[in-house]
Amino acid sequence: MTPLLEAQAVSVSGRLEPTSLQLGAGTLTALIGPNGSGKTSLLRALAGVELTSGSVRIAGESLGQASPARRRALLSFLPASRDVTWPISARDVIALGLSSPDPSRVAELVDLLELGSLADRPVDRLSTGERARVLLARALASKPRLLLLDEPLSNLDPYWVLRTLALVQAAVGSDTAALVSLHDLSHLPQFDRAILVHRGWPVLDGSPEQMRTSPALVDAFRVRLGSDWRIEG
Amino acid sequence: MIRAVLASALVVLTTAAMLLPWAALQELWQRDPALGATVLLELRLPRLLLALGYGATLGITGAALQALFANPLASPDITGSSSGAALGAVAGGYWLGWSQPLALAGCGMAGALLALILLLALAGRRADTATLLLAGLAISLAAGAMTSLSLALAPSPFAFYDSFDWLMGSLVDRSLEQATTALIPAALACGWLLARTPSLDALALGEDVAGSLGHHPERIRREVVVASALAVGACVSVCGAVGFIGLIAPVLARRLTGGHPGRALWPAALLGAALLLSADLLTRLAPLGRTIPLGVVTATLGTPLFLWLLLRMRWRLAP
Repeated sequence: MTPLLEAQAVSVSGRLEPTSLQLGAGTLTALIGPNGSGKTSLLRALAGVELTSGSVRIAGESLGQASPARRRALLSFLPASRDVTWPISARDVIALGLSSPDPSRVAELVDLLELGSLADRPVDRLSTGERARVLLARALASKPRLLLLDEPLSNLDPYWVLRTLALVQAAVGSDTAALVSLHDLSHLPQFDRAILVHRGWPVLDGSPEQMRTSPALVDAFRVRLGSDWRIEG
Repeated sequence: MIRAVLASALVVLTTAAMLLPWAALQELWQRDPALGATVLLELRLPRLLLALGYGATLGITGAALQALFANPLASPDITGSSSGAALGAVAGGYWLGWSQPLALAGCGMAGALLALILLLALAGRRADTATLLLAGLAISLAAGAMTSLSLALAPSPFAFYDSFDWLMGSLVDRSLEQATTALIPAALACGWLLARTPSLDALALGEDVAGSLGHHPERIRREVVVASALAVGACVSVCGAVGFIGLIAPVLARRLTGGHPGRALWPAALLGAALLLSADLLTRLAPLGRTIPLGVVTATLGTPLFLWLLLRMRWRLAP
C-alpha cells in the first residue's frame, strides 16, 4: 500500500537538509524540535510553499502539478502566524478554505469551534487565540487528505488546547493524516508517531514513548525529562 | 445593487462632464454648431476619457498594491511610483527633448518601475506600515524634488511653470492622441491585474497559505509591480501625478467586498473613475473664478479619509 504522503529528498536551502518522509493514512504525527530547528521549513516544503529541491506526492498525486482546487482537496497548511491584515468576517475566512461556496460546511465549523458569537466579526478585530480558532477552521474546511499544522496549539487557552487536539484527532480518519508541530512535549502521548528535527535534519523518528526516553531528545532540547523538565548540564 | 448605483453615478458624472456648464455650451452651439462639436470632441472628450481611465487605473493599481503589500496604505502615490513616473516623464520630455507621447509614456513607466523596485529594496516584501510609509515618503519626496529641479534647470525657461501640472496633476487641454497613448497601455496593464484577482485574494491569508494553494507569491509580486508601474507610468506621463485616489478608492471598495482585497479591484476601478471625474468637475465648475490644480482637490477631499484610516489602524493596533 502506498503511503498517503511521500516526500523525496525535500530540502530548503540553508534551513532544511534533504529529507525523505512518508506518512501513512490514519496517523497523527507530531513534529518537534527546538526553535529554529527546521520544523516550519519542513512543513512549508511539504505544503509546496518553498522547496529548493525534492518532490512531494500526496495520495499518489504530484503536488507540483495539482491545480489550486485540487490542492484544497489534497492538503491544508496552517502557518504559525495568526496575522490577518484584512477586515474579513470570520465566516468568510473559513469559506476561503473551500473551493466552492458551501454555507452548511461553514456553519458546521462555526459550531465545532464555538465561533457563533464571533462569526460575523472582522477577524482583524479578534484576539489572537480567537483568530487561531478561525484559521484552524479554515484549514479543516475542505476535509483535506493531509493536514500540515504549524503550532496549532500556541496562543490557545487550556480548554482550547485540549479541544484542538481532539478536533485534529477526529479529523484524521482512515484515509487522512496530519503532521502537527508543537512545543509542549507533554502532549506527545496523544500522537501515533513523533519526528524530531534538529539543525535542519530529522534526527529521530519513532513512537512518542521512544522519543521521551531518547538521548537525542536531551541533546536537541538541552533539557531532561524527569518528574518535571530540568535544564541539562 | 451597489455596483448598479456606482455605474449609474458614473453615467451621471460622465454626462455632466461632457455637457456642463450647459449655458456656455448652448450659446456656443447656437453661434456655430461645428465649433460646439469641436469643443465636445477635442476638449471635453479627451478630458473625460482621461479622468475616467486615470481614475480607474489609480483604483485598480492601488487595490493591487495594497493586496500585494498586505497593507491598506499602499498606493501609487504613497509608494512613490506616481512621483517616480513624473520624474521619468520630465527627464524624457525636458532633458532628452522627446515629445512623442509614446516615448514619454515609456519614460513614465520606467520611472514608476524604478520607484517600486527601490521601494521593495528599501522596505522589503511585507513591510510593516511604518517602514512602507517612510520608504515611500522618502522616494516620493526625492522624486518630487528632482522633478522640480529638472524643470527649474531645464533648457526651456518656461518649463518651471509646468511643475504644478506634473506634481499636482492636470487633465486640461490634453489631445485625443495623448489620451489614447496613456489609456491603451494602462487598460492592458489593468486587465492583466484584474486577471490576477484570484491570486490576490489568495494572498489575503498570507503568502504561505497562497503558496500552499499553488499560487506563486514571487511571480504575483513581479507581475503586480510591473503592471502597476506600466499603468501608472502611462497615465502620469500625460496627466502628471494625482494623489489620494489610489489610496481612497480601494479602501472604500473593500467595504463593498467584505474586506477581501483581490475582488476589490473592480469596484476600486469604478470608484476611482467616479472620484477623479468628480474632482475634475469640481476644478472646472467651482465658482472660484480660477483654475484649481486637480491634486489640490483630491488632497483636500482625501486627507480626512486618510486620517480616518490612520485612526482606525491605530485603534486596531492598540485595542
